Amino acid sequence: MAELTRDPIPVERLIAGSARPDCGAIALFLGTTRDHHEGRRVTGLSYEAYEPMALAALDALERETVARFDVAACHIVHRLGKVPLAEPSVAVAVTAAHRGPAFDACRWAMDELKRTVPIWKKESYAEGGEGWVEGTPLK
Amino acid sequence: MTITVLFFAQAREHSGHARVTLELPEGSRVADALAVLERDHPALASLRPHLAVAVDQRLVRTDAPLAHGVELALLPPVSGG
Repeated sequence: MAELTRDPIPVERLIAGSARPDCGAIALFLGTTRDHHEGRRVTGLSYEAYEPMALAALDALERETVARFDVAACHIVHRLGKVPLAEPSVAVAVTAAHRGPAFDACRWAMDELKRTVPIWKKESYAEGGEGWVEGTPLK
Repeated sequence: MTITVLFFAQAREHSGHARVTLELPEGSRVADALAVLERDHPALASLRPHLAVAVDQRLVRTDAPLAHGVELALLPPVSGG
């Protein structure tokens, strides 16, 4: 089951929950908040979601990842609210027998997340003001 | 019919609301609700070309029918991650 949280993403717990004796690989992607975007200095980010729809979309994405790739499990956690710089805002963990499918599935799941899940990111700028990051229209 | 409208991200900021209830004639479709919302909140019009809409958490086209009690969500382009 996917998770939305306003607290720091529990990465250690995510890894422990992803480990399986029949699998030799966990591919873990962490998206972390960055201090620049298109030439502007960013001092902080904050995320909002249409929470029930986002959670359902993330659950569906976990299932779709397991169906499409030769992997055993996919777990996704996305943080909401203010996220300090350099902290993870999203984590995708894919467990598989072998590393090839784990890497492929992890990348695919993250790419899909960015274009299919109703979550929005807002940046605060060093020179003042804030702005929503240009996104991808939902289809 | 009465529906609930949820506004997210730029839609929330452009309208000044996170949530409103809307009275609409029976037989109204999503496009009719959007027309009323744009009349009440003209700043929403600039979002329209890339706005997605969901009814009860399911993405729909603007010709989709509405029913009493549904939740209509205005979803600007997404940027999670």
